[in-house]
Amino acid sequence: MVTNITNFGRSGLSDWLMQRISAVILLAYTLFMVGFFLLNPNLDYAAWSALFQCTLMRIFSLLALLSLAAHAWIGLWTVSTDYMKATGVRLVFQAVVALGLFAYVVWGVQVLWGA
Amino acid sequence: MLQVSVYRYNPETDKAPYMQDFEIDTKGKDLMVLDVLALVKEKDNGMAYRRSCREGVCGSDGMNMNGKNGLACVTPLSEVVKGGKLVLRPLPGLPVIRDLVVDMSLFYQQYERIKPFLINDTPAPAIERLQTPEERDKLDGLYECILCACCSTSCPSFWWNPDKFVGPSGLLQAYRFLIDSRDTATRERLADLDDPFSVFRCRGIMNCVSVCPKGLNPTRAIGHIRDMLLANAT
Ligand code: SF4
Ligand code: SF4
Ligand code: FES
Repeated sequence: MVTNITNFGRSGLSDWLMQRISAVILLAYTLFMVGFFLLNPNLDYAAWSALFQCTLMRIFSLLALLSLAAHAWIGLWTVSTDYMKATGVRLVFQAVVALGLFAYVVWGVQVLWGA
Repeated sequence: MLQVSVYRYNPETDKAPYMQDFEIDTKGKDLMVLDVLALVKEKDNGMAYRRSCREGVCGSDGMNMNGKNGLACVTPLSEVVKGGKLVLRPLPGLPVIRDLVVDMSLFYQQYERIKPFLINDTPAPAIERLQTPEERDKLDGLYECILCACCSTSCPSFWWNPDKFVGPSGLLQAYRFLIDSRDTATRERLADLDDPFSVFRCRGIMNCVSVCPKGLNPTRAIGHIRDMLLANAT
């Protein structure tokens, strides 16, 4: 068996499944957002902030954010193991991606629960 | 006259590979590409390529003809020649030994890895292990593979990770043993495939299906393996 330590889950199967599930969640979130914008053509700050006052919306948004991070990590990890043959380059790339995604998640939580 | 451009490389004398042009007189016949190669060899005896059965059975003359992998012996000129020109290259992605001959070690290593033989830990019956016709039917479309490597060497995932991704040919064979009713090592076989590379590097672009000279469908087999992994894990 080929072994790995930097992939997302425990196995290729879990990565693959996570990639599919996160894609579905992101699709649902996107559709919801598009629908919301269509139903509220004259969107103002009050309506927008009211939407995010709702805990359910915050949870949904966090879920989408985590899905985005997982999806991006699995995808970019795959790309890096396909095309970056020098270990140093690959490691630096993976570190930058991981740090970036981590920062986005923390920042996202701050935005969602901050105001 | 047919313009034939052939990939030449002799590591003992050439610093780098180059393309050599030949004018071949096909006498207006729709020859097989392998016949054309024989005519090329008449002009240049040093030209190296593999062939054996010359009827699509042995799998030794897989090569890249006008950009598409296939068996030279069963590919008529009318199928590949565009604008009176034929470009012959070795199978992509594998090290070239000489001219159109490639080193297939990586391909065979992946084949070896999937344990291409029946494993059965139950006591052997007196005569043979029987299979129902239905059980036997499941092997159709799988056992016919002649290991020509046309599929795996047309697969980008195999190009990037030939040491880790089993490749379409190996996976087709992996599935052939996974669903054989006489094999009892299903779990062990699945466990050996459940990493991010062996199976899951397949991106489903189906290059393998489009080139298989036997009309087999590795992508479908890979999908079945994925389903089995999923069923096994949940
Ligand atoms: S379908 Fe999968 S195995 Fe076939 S060529 Fe594409 S990536 Fe390779
Ligand atoms: S699946 Fe088809 S293309 Fe691939 S090795 Fe077997 S016969 Fe050749
Ligand atoms: S020579 Fe045997 S398959 Fe072409």
